[in-house]
Amino acid sequence: MDDLKQKYLSQIADAGDESALEAIRLAAVGKKGEVALKMRELGKMTPEERQVAGPALNALKNEINSALNAKKSALADAALDARLRDEWLDVTLPSRVRPRGTIHPISQVTEEVTAIFGEMGFSVAEGPRIDTDWYNFDALNIPGHHPARAEMDTFYMHRAEGDNRPPHVLRTHTSPVQIRTMEAEGAPLRIICPGGVYRADYDQTHTPMFHQVEGLAIDKDISMANLKWVLEEFFAAFFEIDGIKTRFRASHFPFTEPSAEVDIQCSWIDGQLRIGEGDDWLEVLGSGMVHPKVLAAGGIDPEAWQGFAFGMGIDRIAMLKYGIPDLRAFFDSDLRWLRHYGFASLDQPTLHGGLSR
Amino acid sequence: MKFTLSWLKDHLDTKATLDEILYALTDLGLEVEGVEDRAERLRDFTIGYVKSAEKHPDAERLRVCQVETDEGVKQIICGAPNAREGITVVVAKPGVYVPGIDTTIGVGKIRGIESFGMMASEREMELSDEHDGIIELPSGEVGQSFVDWLAENDPAKVDPVIEIAITPNRPDALGVRGIARDLAARGLGTLKARDVDAVEGEFACPITVTIEADTLDQCPVFYGRLIRGVTNRPSPQWLQDRLRAIGLRPISFLVDVTNFFTYDRNRPLHVFDADKVKGNALRVHRAKGGETLVGLDEKEYTFDEGMTLISDAENVESIAGVMGGLATGCTDETTSVFIEAAYFDPIRTAYTGRALKINSDARYRFERGIDPEWTPYGIEHATRMILEYAGGEPSEVIVAGKIPDTNRTYKLDAARVQSLVGMEIAESEQRQTLTALGFRLEGNMAHVPSWRPDVMGEADLVEEVARVASLTKLKGTPLPRLNDGVPRPILSPLQRREAMARRTCAALGYNECVSYSFIDAASAALFGGGNDAAMLENPISSDMSHMRPALLPGLLQAAARNQARGYNDLALFEVGPAFHGGEPGEQHLLVSGLLVGRTGPKDVLGASRPVDVFDVKADAEAVLAAIGAPAKVQILRGAAPWWHPGRHGKICLGPKKVLGIFGEIHPKVLAEMDVKGPAMGFTLWPEEVPMPRKAGATRAALTISDLQAVERDFAFVVDADVEALTLVNAAKGADKALIEDVHVFDEFIGGALGDGKKSLALTVRMQPVSETLKEKDIEAVSAKVIEKVTKATGGTLRG
Repeated sequence: MDDLKQKYLSQIADAGDESALEAIRLAAVGKKGEVALKMRELGKMTPEERQVAGPALNALKNEINSALNAKKSALADAALDARLRDEWLDVTLPSRVRPRGTIHPISQVTEEVTAIFGEMGFSVAEGPRIDTDWYNFDALNIPGHHPARAEMDTFYMHRAEGDNRPPHVLRTHTSPVQIRTMEAEGAPLRIICPGGVYRADYDQTHTPMFHQVEGLAIDKDISMANLKWVLEEFFAAFFEIDGIKTRFRASHFPFTEPSAEVDIQCSWIDGQLRIGEGDDWLEVLGSGMVHPKVLAAGGIDPEAWQGFAFGMGIDRIAMLKYGIPDLRAFFDSDLRWLRHYGFASLDQPTLHGGLSR
Repeated sequence: MKFTLSWLKDHLDTKATLDEILYALTDLGLEVEGVEDRAERLRDFTIGYVKSAEKHPDAERLRVCQVETDEGVKQIICGAPNAREGITVVVAKPGVYVPGIDTTIGVGKIRGIESFGMMASEREMELSDEHDGIIELPSGEVGQSFVDWLAENDPAKVDPVIEIAITPNRPDALGVRGIARDLAARGLGTLKARDVDAVEGEFACPITVTIEADTLDQCPVFYGRLIRGVTNRPSPQWLQDRLRAIGLRPISFLVDVTNFFTYDRNRPLHVFDADKVKGNALRVHRAKGGETLVGLDEKEYTFDEGMTLISDAENVESIAGVMGGLATGCTDETTSVFIEAAYFDPIRTAYTGRALKINSDARYRFERGIDPEWTPYGIEHATRMILEYAGGEPSEVIVAGKIPDTNRTYKLDAARVQSLVGMEIAESEQRQTLTALGFRLEGNMAHVPSWRPDVMGEADLVEEVARVASLTKLKGTPLPRLNDGVPRPILSPLQRREAMARRTCAALGYNECVSYSFIDAASAALFGGGNDAAMLENPISSDMSHMRPALLPGLLQAAARNQARGYNDLALFEVGPAFHGGEPGEQHLLVSGLLVGRTGPKDVLGASRPVDVFDVKADAEAVLAAIGAPAKVQILRGAAPWWHPGRHGKICLGPKKVLGIFGEIHPKVLAEMDVKGPAMGFTLWPEEVPMPRKAGATRAALTISDLQAVERDFAFVVDADVEALTLVNAAKGADKALIEDVHVFDEFIGGALGDGKKSLALTVRMQPVSETLKEKDIEAVSAKVIEKVTKATGGTLRG
């Protein structure tokens, strides 16, 4: 029996493929195989002989079967390994293209600004881009002859022959939204008004359309000190620089009184601007206490209410924060620019997740 | 507005340094735009005294000088011919940079003898071209800064030039004296008394002046005086230095006098050559229209009706408040000069200047408002200066009209000032500030000075007090919230929708563009715009003449620009307003996307393919789903002509409620806009998507069945123009309870089916709710599907 065992185990070990293995199985443990034939001989044995040979044959059969199974899976593994070796891919080939969209810096920065002022309780108000000269000028205490009207390089809409109303304007600032919102909602009020504005000017630093965000807070006892706090908090959050220095300079706007221009601390090193360090100042914002005439124009009693307003350029603060050199490129839709300065679709600025990318 | 430091000090008695003055100016609202400080580079030169000077033992022309300096006696070798004992000199010690020779002085040996510095000439300090010897000063203390000495004794040499920005409300600061007054109010010195006494006239003025009755509101008052026997020469050096320093060209003394007072006192004057005034009579009147004049700039101007003019007996001689005429201008030959000091209405002056496109110093000041009360003083000041430098005899002053009354008062509410500014400013300090600025206080009523036309109410008093007190000192105070606790959401549903649409487009692979709201008329016309209502009156260029009627033309122009740069596979989108008219509110929010070229660059995987209508359809559907549009919509045809007539669809809720349009852009439009196509686009109207009706966040309960769903496929042969959605809707209608979904999975056109026919294959998914479907149930539903579809389409089941 040992010979038998030796013979088959060595045949199994030598088997090269599954069919050879099957042949060995049939020859050894098949119904007519050598082990089966030996089993048949058991009947001719004495009970004593049978007691010894029976278990031995069974053990032999089991041993051959498990050797067959082991060899079978070894062969399968080897075949799989061989196949997988053949399935080698050059994984350095480029992947399937997934388009990568981007969000424009103006949209991104508008959302950043909205997140910050939203936390301070300001909601977002909007208004028409084409507006009457009353909303754009008169209601903001800029009468017809005021030099500020000429200085604003206003775009006027065409008037049909016979239509003698003063021409509408493309809003030169987001301030008309203040008036419309005061009219609609009254006081108290906390709003920001982001959006596109227009001035007839085109050079290296001016485009005929740009974006502003206006802020307005009206209440019983709001002071310029509150304005300063709000803007200091805003700049610290927006530029993510704690204690960023700001400078309030007296200035003049027809719609605020007193008025202040606000500068932020910066430095110029090798022609590169850095915000929040150094001894230079960069003008970023105009602000002040809302002029009583403006409150009255918005239907709010200036004897009972007071408040502040401010306005700054969204494109401008985007340029400052993200180091974007040329304003004109914002509106050129150059794919290279959109990809370079754009933001990922899911990169939504939040205060808890951070504003900068 | 430019002025020099010494000019300022003519009006302001101050010990403040230049830096202190600059800081205060900016802080007061007179923003410093630039300073040219010629003293700065001479800062380290000091004054010395030559105690002794002996000949150098080894050099004939050199002197060995012992010089007293602020650091004791120093030995300096000097080659200047005037180097000698007993003179006061300017010393550059070792380490000092000497600009004229571009050298930093060191300790050196000259012919064997040590020298500890240098004594400088004017040229070496770039003060003049003088180099015949070292400077010998007539005065000066040893160790004193040379710059300080210059500032005291020859200020023009180192006079810093300051340029400030003037906000439109501060005409008074267009005169040096107004600036000095602000600084004095801030506490930087005291304002000097400067007004001169009137000059007695020696004869009656031979020239008469009349202001026509209908012109008195445009020119309420006119002062004039003749001075005869003057000699008009170049101005004295100090006056030339001043004018040059602020960028004006000295012309001749009489003209320079007018420029001087324009800047010194914000008091524009005009001088006529009296001998050229015909008929010895000047008349201020409104233009009839069509008159002409050659101005001092030698250009000819034609006047509109109503402009203020000054004419003599024959011709127009001056454009009031804007520019004088060439014919009666003063020249070197002028011996008899007529001085004009008048007050011209700001608004009229502004309109005239704007219409004639003249930007003169006079217009700039009259249109902002000069001090009418100072009109007579202006004449007297000019007279004195002319008499002093050009001689002559003055006539009596003649006056036409009268000085307009600017007297007005406003209440000073000290508590209101504090509450608005948020700063403790004592009432006494408030009153002191206003007084220093020229306000006269009677009780709590403040009389506004005549040079402050901008002060028109109580709020203006607050501004004056606040800016003099300094807003830099203001401390921020937290703004109380309207609601305590966690901030509430602040975006409106439409604002959220806009943001969601934007980020979904970007997630789908589109790059966001922000394009100008105005485009050229031709492009606007291609998209249904370009009419006069949406036209700009004064566009910046013809490329930007009309408000955009849609976003697609801007995106197509962007595509053309990118194609020209070699970028051909584009996915661009924009979210923003388009304009359907020229009235406020005639704008609507759009979301548009544009695909051009291929889905990506050619690739080894063969995944890249040209973009097609079903790309933009999928994207439009994805964005609509993201902003909450209902899933069940109609797809209709018949959109505007800039879409390919057969390859577009309107996504609708009913025939009039269009949520969006997708499709191929019409090839003619692409050709007109120079875009290499084909191009696919979509436009969505986010405002048209109905707002959800229910309030609250709770979702409807989820009902799902544990029973197995069954799918059956059907193929129908229909006419080629039958739309798939018709089959789908018909099949769905076969059993609304059981049929969960119908899905088109194949389309086959022509071939064995013959021309004009196509086969559409549908998968119908049936979802039993109460019991498992038996074969006969399925067959019953199938039969119903076939019946409905064939009835709706006239087609047949494909065998």
